[in-house]
Parts: sequence; structure tokens; C-alpha cells
Amino acid sequence: MDSVDSVFYSERLGPSNNPLLDQLPSYQSLLYRRKSSATGSTKRRGSSRRHLSSSSSWKWKGDKVEEKPKAVAHQRLICELPKTMEEKRRDNVQRMEQARDLSSWKQWRQNTHHSLKRLKEDCMELLRRLKLWRGDIHVIEGMFGTGILSYFSFLRFLVLLNFVIFLLMFCFIMLPIIIAPHTSGNATFDLYNGRECSNYPSTSRRGLVVFHQYITDLLSGTGFLEETYLFYGYYKVESIYFPKFSYNLPLAYLLVTITYLFLSLIWIVKRSAAGFKRNLVQDEDRFQSFCNKIFAGWDFCITNETAARLKQSSLLYELKTDLEEERIKQKIADRTRREKCRIYVLRLVLNLFVVAVLAACFFSIYRATIYSQEFQSSQFDQRPNFILELIFEYLPSIVITLANFITPLMFTLIIQFEDYSPAFEIRFTLMRCVFMRLASIGVLLFSLWSQITCDLGPKCPCGYKHSDYPCWESRVGQEMYKLTIFDFIIIGAVTIFVEFPRKLIVTYCDCGLAKWWGQQEFAIPQNVLEIVYGQTICWIGTFYCPLLPAICTIKYFIVFYIKKMTLVKNCRPATRPFRASSSNFFFLVVLLIGLALACVPVIFSIAQINSSRACGPFMNYTKSWEVVPEAVSQLPGGLPTFFFALSSEAFAVSFFVVTCLAMFYVIALAGAHKRVVDQLREQLAMEGRDKRFLIQKLCQAQRTSVRSAGVQSHADRDRQSNRGAQNHDDPGGVFLAQPPVSATHV
Amino acid sequence: MGTTASQLQKDLLSEYQELTFLTKQEILLAHKRFSELMAKEERSSPSLRVPMEKILTMPELKSNPFRERICHVFSTSDMKDGSLTFEDFLDLLSAFSDSATLEIKSHYAFRIFDFDDDGTLDCGDLEKLVNCLTGETEDTRLNPEEMRQLITNILEESDIDKDGTVNLSEFQHVISRSPDFVSSFKIVL
Repeated sequence: MDSVDSVFYSERLGPSNNPLLDQLPSYQSLLYRRKSSATGSTKRRGSSRRHLSSSSSWKWKGDKVEEKPKAVAHQRLICELPKTMEEKRRDNVQRMEQARDLSSWKQWRQNTHHSLKRLKEDCMELLRRLKLWRGDIHVIEGMFGTGILSYFSFLRFLVLLNFVIFLLMFCFIMLPIIIAPHTSGNATFDLYNGRECSNYPSTSRRGLVVFHQYITDLLSGTGFLEETYLFYGYYKVESIYFPKFSYNLPLAYLLVTITYLFLSLIWIVKRSAAGFKRNLVQDEDRFQSFCNKIFAGWDFCITNETAARLKQSSLLYELKTDLEEERIKQKIADRTRREKCRIYVLRLVLNLFVVAVLAACFFSIYRATIYSQEFQSSQFDQRPNFILELIFEYLPSIVITLANFITPLMFTLIIQFEDYSPAFEIRFTLMRCVFMRLASIGVLLFSLWSQITCDLGPKCPCGYKHSDYPCWESRVGQEMYKLTIFDFIIIGAVTIFVEFPRKLIVTYCDCGLAKWWGQQEFAIPQNVLEIVYGQTICWIGTFYCPLLPAICTIKYFIVFYIKKMTLVKNCRPATRPFRASSSNFFFLVVLLIGLALACVPVIFSIAQINSSRACGPFMNYTKSWEVVPEAVSQLPGGLPTFFFALSSEAFAVSFFVVTCLAMFYVIALAGAHKRVVDQLREQLAMEGRDKRFLIQKLCQAQRTSVRSAGVQSHADRDRQSNRGAQNHDDPGGVFLAQPPVSATHV
Repeated sequence: MGTTASQLQKDLLSEYQELTFLTKQEILLAHKRFSELMAKEERSSPSLRVPMEKILTMPELKSNPFRERICHVFSTSDMKDGSLTFEDFLDLLSAFSDSATLEIKSHYAFRIFDFDDDGTLDCGDLEKLVNCLTGETEDTRLNPEEMRQLITNILEESDIDKDGTVNLSEFQHVISRSPDFVSSFKIVL
């Protein structure tokens, strides 16, 4: 231990044996670094990386540090010193004594600083305790490492997001309606003249209702559920008159919709910003991939022995594939023209095949949706029995789930023939799966849209097929509601009826087939895709079904426990692990794509499709968006002019131009930074070489002078203490071959 | 919690809080777990050493391939047997805690990976390190050719001054750009 310390500290912290070496720029930059990190130590959490990297030796002014190097060392927090407890304690006592010399004002300031810090830590601890699932996530992290942990914290984030969206919906839309009767408020709506369009037959079942019909209603959102707070159609309120003011519900409805989309966007972007930056940096230095795997490869959190063994084998696998990849790259470079042609043709054919599969899936979703819609518009008494009815209702969901189950299997099979590099294979399969998942929602919405709308004309006076869809928004809401429920049922069912029996078979059956099949892997990408799919539906559906966020909150809350159970009991972690840093970013990117996809239909239906005349808050407007210009024109003073100016083309064009300019500026800045980094890196390597050369010369010169003075013992001691650092070509001539600290912190 | 709190005096506790990155709860939990490793009658003496074999039975360390190195690095014993006192144990947890700085973490990681304690990571250290990561048995090891290629690659990436070894500052430089390190270099009780 002591010998190690002498190597570590004799050159770095204590006075170096060689006074010349103290004057090296690299050593002084180290001192500077310590100082800067000491001043920043109050906000050390999270900022350590920054002051590590921001300390550049070029800015440094030589005389400042030499004045009081001791004071600099004392500024650092004790717990930040890499020393044993005994030494730290001694240091602390020393500091206390020195502190006694300080003026009382400084002492007081130091003390209050300390107690404030303590208080802050206690508060943070308390807050952390309040966090949802802290214990569960802790356990998962301990057992399976950070990759899987990131999946669960992502799930927690979605629960929170949905809960906040629900609160928004509840406070601004439901609450006014609920409290209106109690505060002598008055909710009004007047029916528009379009008689034909405003005819809205009740769908609730009449006469004797059999019990199972309630179940059907509950699962598909029809019947008694249709006329509740659950769906858009219920909010048939023009404005609510409270004693003091009137509440414009349609405007609130629209604004809340825009707000929740914006809120989600900002929240996701904020969460992904850190990961995005990191990813950019990482992408730039590809040349550090092996070091990352070796030096930061082990997850010290892992306590589960199987998980540890798996981690080892996955690391082995990863290293082998990486080494293999280098060889494959070589092979790809060596390909003959004929081989290249063959592979490109093969890829083309396979891609065509993939497109065909996707097209077939989309077409079947389209057919299923239309069939299901036609069935729902048919008369009650023509309907077959209860089970068939449910199946027809859920046909689109079933087809989507089936397609999403089969296609990933097919993609993983196909990709093997395409001869890509292993890393790209995984990414490409994933991209195809993401596309499949999200596009299937798009196709569903498209087929709904084609069913609902018709061109305005004598045949179609309302702008939508009012005979089949008297309140089409509610119908879309029902579809989204069904998708959500079905997704939830599938997650539960797969866990209970597929993964659990599989685990049983693999554990208790000794035959070869079962062993080959193996235990279920907890594949993070697929699981993430699943919940992103659910979230996209939720975003789309919230406009049509304002209580959907609440349902999603509950759903994800339960999914968390299901997934935790299946992870602990049924699954093993995937052999190909997901790194926490890359996965966090991946999750949020997929989620962003989902959000973008969700925005399109919502915005389109607000701005383009005629709102139903028979139900909902926008029954008096042709299009939902019209409520905004009307509200703006009622504003007092010059505000309407101001807002109309904002929405004019002139403003839009100039705004666009300014945004473009800003973007170009940022891009140029990024490019410049990148170049500077490259240059600095080059300079660094050069300086390292220079320094080594200089130090060699210096030490040689010094040694000859020392020898001539006849003081041999000093040099011997030096040689001894630097034994370890000395494996160079010229062991006799260089006894301080290692520069004390090379200025490597760019 | 009440019983453990009485066993650890208040001033000592606040001193530990001062000297480590741990919070009060974590220190108390550490104390509880550490005293479980000792026999009942020994628990009162604070400077008692617990031999490495006993420390390694803790589930947090049991499946860690670096467990013996960790004990050796944090041990203050003169015998170099890897035995830990309670304070050494707190040092260990502090370095592996959530709030420890990157500098501390990378410093100790370097010493853990420096198998022959000579202050640099040379080829031998790197080979041992890779073997620890992939598992020690014959069939899980990389073959010599792959190992050679891997070590060349690592040195190419991290050895800035091209002296054939990785020293502490080079190591810290590499680590500071590795996004996963801070989150994975962590032991939670």
C-alpha cells in the first residue's frame, strides 16, 4: 500500500523530488485544475465532469498558483481526497486548527455553509424517499445492472407524464363541469340550425340488458360508457356561466390539447438533451470504443450471480464481435465486384420482400378496420353472439398485435442473409420494428379517416358521414380506448400464458428441445417499443377521450409490477446487453417519433376535419380551430390586431428566416468546435511527444551533473521510487521517464 | 434503526458524514451490515479488522470479479491481507456511492485495475483485467491472438504518450469520456 502511495503521491501531491519537474506546464496545469475544482466543489454533484474537462492549461497564468499552493489544497472537500479514513481525519484536524486562525466572520461563514449543506442533503434524501418505486428500482438495479434499470425509469417517467396530462385535463375540462351545478354556474349549449347533422341517436341499449353486454360495453367503450366523461361527446358545453365570469370550455379544451402535446415535447427534449449531447460526443470518438468496454465495462451494481455470469459472457461476446467486426470490415473492403453485385441484388430482393410484408400487414389492418367499423354501424339486432361481437369490435387491435408479433421474427430471420456488420444488423432490425409499430397506428387512423370523412356536397352536408358517425370524435376515442385496453390485456396475457409456462417447461423439463429453447430473454428494445406504442395511442386519444391519460397512468402503474415480476421470475437478461447511455437516448428518440406521429392526426383533425354537430364542445363551430380566432377577436384593445399579425404570412416567413439563420449559426459553431477539438487533440499528442523528449534530455543532463558532483545516493533514491514507471528503451539514461502528469484533460 | 443508531455515537456519525460521500442512513446501514459480519462479542470494538474472506461473503461483492482487488485497495492493514476495518469499509462505500466525484471513482478504479500495484496499467494488468471481465475459465477466455489484438487496440486508444502503458492521468482522461462509467462504478447496499 505504502509503495503504491509513493508512486501515486510523491510526484503529484507532495513536493516532487525534482524541482525542475515542478515547473513543467503539465504539473502546473494540474495545480490549476485542483484549484478550479475546489472552487466548484460546492456544486460538485454533476459538475465534476465539466470542470475536469474545462481546465485547459493554456489559459493558465504561471504566478498565481505558486503564491499559495497550500491554501489551494485546503479548499478541496475532505471527502474528495483519495485517502484512507485515518489520513482524512488527520487532514480534517489540521484544517480545524487552521480554521481557528481565521477571523470569526470567516469561521461563521464556513460553519453556516456546512450546516446548510447538511440541511440540503437531508432534504434531498427526503425527496428521494418520496420518489415513486425507489425501492423497487433500487433492487432491479442491484440485480440486473443499469441497462435494465433504464427501462424501468423510463416506465416511471411515462407514468408521471401521463399523470400530469391527466391533471391538466381534469383541472381545466372536467372540474368546471363538475362544479358548475354547485356554484350556481350555468352550462349552456344551443343547437345549431343544421338539423340533419345534429341528430344523435343514443347508443345505450334499451330494454332488457344482459349482463355480458355490460362487459362488451366496458371493453369497447360503447353503450353506457359512451355518454360519460370518458369521451369527447359528453362535453356538450358552449360556455359555463359562473356568478363572476364565464368559462369558455371549447377554448379551454383546445388549449389544453395543445398544452399537453407541447408539455410532452418539452419534457422529452429536456430529458434527452443530456443523452443527445453525450451521443454526439461518443459518435465522434469511435476510437474509444474498446476502452469504454474494458475500463467501464463491468457493472459494479450487479449482485445476482447469474446476472454476473451473463454479464461476463455478454462482455466476451461483445469483445469478440467487435474484434470480428474489424475483420469483417477488412473482408468487406476486399470484396470482388461480383460478390458486391450479388450482395446488393440480394439486399434489394430482401428489402422488396420486407416492403411487401409491410404492405400486406398494412392492407390487412386497413381491411380489418373498415370491416370492424361497418360492423359497428350495423343494427343491434343483426349482431351475432357476444364473443363474436367482441372479436369484431377488437379486430383492428388483434390484427395490429399479430402483425407486430410476426414481423420482428421475420425481420431477424431476413437480416442474417443481408450480410451487414453485426452492430448494424441490430440497429436495422430495430428500425424496421419501430417503423412497423408506429406505422400500423398510422394506417389504422388513415382507414378511420377514410371511413369518416366525405367531400362536402349535397350528399354530405356535414363534412363527415353523419348517418354512420353522428359523433365521430367519440368513435375515434373508442378505437383508441380499445387499443389501450387490448394492449394492456396482451401484456398481461403474454406474461401469464406464454412466459410463465415457458419458464416452467425449461426449468422442469430435461429434454433437449426445452433446453435449446431456453428461458425468455428480457429484450429491452421490444419492451420499450411496446410501451412507446401505448404512449403514442394515449397522445392521439387524449383529445377524443379525455380520461385516457388516467387509464394509461393506471395501466403503466400495473405494467411496472408485471414487468418487474416477469423479469425477476421468468426472464433472464438479454445476452446482447443494452448500455444505459445509449439506451436512454434510444428510448427518448423512439418516444419523440411517437409524439410526432401523434401530433399529425390530432392537429389534422382539429384544423381540417369538420367537427361533429351533434356532440362535443365544438358543435357550434365547423372546425375546432375556429374557436381560437373567435376568442381572439373578442379580446379588448389592440390585442386582436396583434394576434392576427402574429398569424399572418409575413410574420411566418420572417420567423422562419430568423429560425433558419439561428440554426445555421449553431451548425457553423458546432463545426468550428469540432475542428478545434481535432486540432487540440493533435496538439496534445505532439506535446506529449515533445515533453517526453525534453524530459529525457533534462534527466540525462541532470544526472551527469549530479554524478559529477558525486552525490550518488539521491539519484538512487529517485530510481527506486520510479521503478514501476520505468519500462523504456533506455533504462539507464532516463530515471524519470514518466512525466509527472501529462496534460491529458482536454 | 434505533438500535444501530445507539451503537454509533452521534459525533462519530457526523464525522463520517463529513469525511465520506455517504448520507446518515447509508452510514447506519453500512454499520449494521458490517457488524453482522462480526461475532457478537466483537462488535463493540471499532478498530477491529474483518478478514477478507468474511467481507467477500457479502452479496454485494460475492459475484464481483474484482472483489479481491477491491478489498486489497481499500485495506489499510500492514499485513496486506485485504482485511477491512469499519472505516475502510466506509471508504469503500464512499468511493462507490452515487455522489462520489468522477475523480475519486476513476482514481480507485485505476488502483483496482492495477493488479501488480506498480502505478501503471501495463500489458499484464490489461490482460488480467480482460480475463476478469470475460471470466477466468479456459473456454471463456479470449485466445492469445484476440487478446493481443485487443490490448493493441486499447493502448492505441488510451496511451496518449505512447509509452506502452496507461498511467493514471491517461486513464482518467479516457474514463472522463466514457458515459457509462459513473453510473456503473457503483455499489449499493
